[in-house]
Amino acid sequence: MPVLVYAENAEGKFKKSTFEAISYARAIANQNNTTLTAISIGNADAAELAGLGKYGAEKVLNVSNDKLKNFVNQAYAAVVAEAAKKEGAEIVVLSNSFSGRGLAPRIGVKLEAGVADGAVSLPDQSNGKFIIKRLAFSGKAYALVELTSTNKVISLSPNSYKVVETGSTAVVEDFNPEVKASDLTTIIKEIVRSTDKVSLPDADIVVSGGRGLKGPENWGMIEELAGLLGAALACSKPVSDSGWRPHSEHVGQTGIAVSPNLYIAIGISGAIQHLAGVSSSKVIVVINKDADAPFFKVADYGIVGDAFDIVPKLIGAIKEYKALA
Amino acid sequence: MKILVCISNVPDTTTKITFSENNTQFNTTGVQFILNPYDEIALARAIELTEGGNGSVTVINVGEVNTEPTVRKALAIGATDAVRINAKPHDAWFVAYQVAQYVKANPFDLILTGRESIDYNGAKVGGMIAELLDLPSVSIIKKLEIEGTNVTVEREIEGGKEVLTMPLPIVAGCAEGVAEPKIPNMRGIMSARTKPLTVVEPVEIKTHSEVISYETPAPRGQVKLVPADEVAKLVGLLHEEARVI
Ligand SMILES: Cc1cc2nc3c(=O)[nH]c(=O)nc-3n(C[C@H](O)[C@H](O)[C@H](O)COP(=O)(O)OP(=O)(O)OC[C@H]3O[C@@H](n4cnc5c(N)ncnc54)[C@H](O)[C@@H]3O)c2cc1C
Repeated sequence: MPVLVYAENAEGKFKKSTFEAISYARAIANQNNTTLTAISIGNADAAELAGLGKYGAEKVLNVSNDKLKNFVNQAYAAVVAEAAKKEGAEIVVLSNSFSGRGLAPRIGVKLEAGVADGAVSLPDQSNGKFIIKRLAFSGKAYALVELTSTNKVISLSPNSYKVVETGSTAVVEDFNPEVKASDLTTIIKEIVRSTDKVSLPDADIVVSGGRGLKGPENWGMIEELAGLLGAALACSKPVSDSGWRPHSEHVGQTGIAVSPNLYIAIGISGAIQHLAGVSSSKVIVVINKDADAPFFKVADYGIVGDAFDIVPKLIGAIKEYKALA
Repeated sequence: MKILVCISNVPDTTTKITFSENNTQFNTTGVQFILNPYDEIALARAIELTEGGNGSVTVINVGEVNTEPTVRKALAIGATDAVRINAKPHDAWFVAYQVAQYVKANPFDLILTGRESIDYNGAKVGGMIAELLDLPSVSIIKKLEIEGTNVTVEREIEGGKEVLTMPLPIVAGCAEGVAEPKIPNMRGIMSARTKPLTVVEPVEIKTHSEVISYETPAPRGQVKLVPADEVAKLVGLLHEEARVI
């Protein structure tokens, strides 16, 4: 039974998290000796669409309908579910992005499918079961969830599966399902995208500041460090609660959960609620003047020192390294 | 305006998560349960929207009798009344189905959830309720305003935000920014005891997923400390040893 993957685009361009989802879906298709179809909705051009073949999609269903130019949960879920039916797909894969979280549960209901969201591993299909490891308890643990329904929806946690290039180009096919007017009552009034910033949920490197930085006026050095590393910015909850930084940068149990390759925490104590959302980062660096800060217990590398002294030095050292590299 | 807020009973945020019975059960010994922090935000916004007699706020929880302190807490914060669907919340599908069933018989103008629960983090219940009721839904909203029969929400997207409007009723998942959680006052706590709490028996349905077991992340190794006067060494380690830059 073929696998279907939803290939999310941002203004016509596919993102790394989409390539991760396709690579992951390809691996599931291989496990089941079947084919992989991708579905794209919105304005991706022909070359972008065919390029999805690189990650193992044999076919791409392309929906270009002016009414579906912008993301609307209800309508997009209907289209993806239709595509699954058309392809006879029993497994639908998508990225656990902000949009993916809106879509997965709706597709799940439409297909009467169990939904495993925040998946961090390939399904274990031994003994005729279908078990997925997913994050639970805000990243403090994993739950192994068996999907017992015939149809299954899996949303993949960003940065938890490597992009793998296996295929070549995909065949692009137009797909024009009927869309009900009642699925299109949502109107998008405004989309604000800051193109100069790295998106936090799927960033490779995250530079994060806490209350130890004393005030918003001190974020210049944090931004400079992030800029040098091509990193996304993040902060602890009190920082966004005080209005020093926007809520969209707050990571942790009640913020965004991140799992970058490198997380640099500056002036953050490492309270359990903060660690909950960041401890699945691959490498953690902590800069804190208090040698007893709990963050050092989960860090891979640390510097005990004053951020106002260490960060400028670190910036200098990275500039030097970049000049050499 | 009739607002429904879905509330979940979750382990306190400081809980150290452990498992028992060969890692098949979440170990609740000594664990304090609380109203899910995101649901508190949803509840706060619902109370604001109905201030001055401008409607009512019903909270709904799918849970066994042990969740009643959390339901009473929501009443103390300011909900008008409460419904408890008397069942173990098996998974998101089970919870959403029970809530949708209730709403079919008792319609609301607006249904709010938290963006996710901090125990299973599914972020699925809201979307599933919406799909079952054929309503628009928005996950992870940062703002919510109502004008007449229209609702405007701000939703988070990667590296930005989107402003959307749609006609009521809708289902929306609230995150920080939507409202400041409210702390119950003495009057609220006193009146919570007498506010109506209806217990409804669940509808039987076939479930789609089952937690088989749990795992805790492997402990990390010891931290490698770099002396404060040798910062450049850190860059070398990140490049050569950790290979992350
Ligand atoms: C329900 C609930 C949910 C929560 N959710 C979250 C969440 O999602 N995310 C989150 O982050 N928090 C969350 N918290 C808050 C959490 O408990 C902590 O209060 C918070 O993480 C602390 O942030 P901080 O480390 O920036 O500040 P502080 O605790 O004030 O720590 C600042 C640190 O900076 C260090 N420092 C000070 N000056 C310097 C300097 N000059 N140079 C270097 N280091 C310095 C200090 O030694 C200290 O370790 C939550 C709390 C609750 C109750």
